[in-house]
Amino acid sequence: MQIKLYHPAREISIKGPKPVSSILTHLGLPREAHLVICDDMLVTEDAVISDDAVIEIRPVISGG
Amino acid sequence: MKCRRCKTPAVIKMPRHNTAFCDPCFQEYLLKQVERAISSGKMFSKEAPVLVAVSGGKDSLALWDILIKLGYETAGLHLNLGIGAYSKRSQQMVEQFANARGLALIVESYQKSYGLGVIEIAEESARPACSACGTMKRHHFNRIAMEKGFPVVATGHNLDDEAARLLGNLLKWQVSYLEKQSPVLSDDDGKWAKKVRPLYRLPEREIAAYTILNRIEYVVEECPMSKGAKVFAYKETLNQLEEASPGAKHQFYLGFLKQKEASFPTPPPAKQDETCRTCGQPTQSEQCGYCRLIERATTVS
Repeated sequence: MQIKLYHPAREISIKGPKPVSSILTHLGLPREAHLVICDDMLVTEDAVISDDAVIEIRPVISGG
Repeated sequence: MKCRRCKTPAVIKMPRHNTAFCDPCFQEYLLKQVERAISSGKMFSKEAPVLVAVSGGKDSLALWDILIKLGYETAGLHLNLGIGAYSKRSQQMVEQFANARGLALIVESYQKSYGLGVIEIAEESARPACSACGTMKRHHFNRIAMEKGFPVVATGHNLDDEAARLLGNLLKWQVSYLEKQSPVLSDDDGKWAKKVRPLYRLPEREIAAYTILNRIEYVVEECPMSKGAKVFAYKETLNQLEEASPGAKHQFYLGFLKQKEASFPTPPPAKQDETCRTCGQPTQSEQCGYCRLIERATTVS
């Protein structure tokens, strides 16, 4: 699957299918600080992302 | 995962409430949280207009959107800080949001007003950029609200912002700052516009979810000047605690607000008894911090 990441903006690929929770753990991204978007919709951490999917992992922390 | 209320597929899991919601149930919950904050803090009513400070980031745009949905009369205020492409993009996001909804928007540009952006102003006055930026924003929010007849200025500070600020104040035992930390800052008998933070009950993860579900475009990148800011370390620490103990941020900040009432039963005495000789805003000395900053920056350059 293709994954769009921020800070810095980049794209990476990893092998699917994988649940969202495993993707975040694999990338070392805390769940409280990120949201996952697939097909323009938010997905919960039990959703399984297929190998051909494109997802965005959006950081939610801002400077305040 | 299913929505706890209606059993349709969930879009967000919220461990702090031991629940998950679908899109409509989540939005209903979120709007109720904001209404609760506004009414319990007696922030403002539907009788007077609210000036919403909008940066182009998720929190302020979500706040503006929510206040409109709740039926409040609002106008937006955007300060273009003059930080190159970042500020251009931020203004573009705010204008796009306002134009699409036919909303009133006031835009002021530091570059146009001073011939300098906030980075140059900070450098010329030998102040850290975030400190100079905060001083300038507070001055302009108040000035514009008073000039244009808005009794209240609302900002998009969220639960994470407030909890991180509280942690920072506690680590340094800044008791005078603890005393003043509140989602509602009084107008001091009409000397100031009242400052309110209607999103203080909501973590930024929920606010980001709201913007995504409502297709609100915002600047995801951080201000280039905030690199290495301590607030990020505080937020990361609090998020680690939140993952280990869901609800920790809420208990920390809302618990503080409750304890504060008992610890500081009377409001701190007003110290802003002077009027700034340059701009006329309330201040503790002959000239306010903003005017000293601008005088120094523009005299040197």
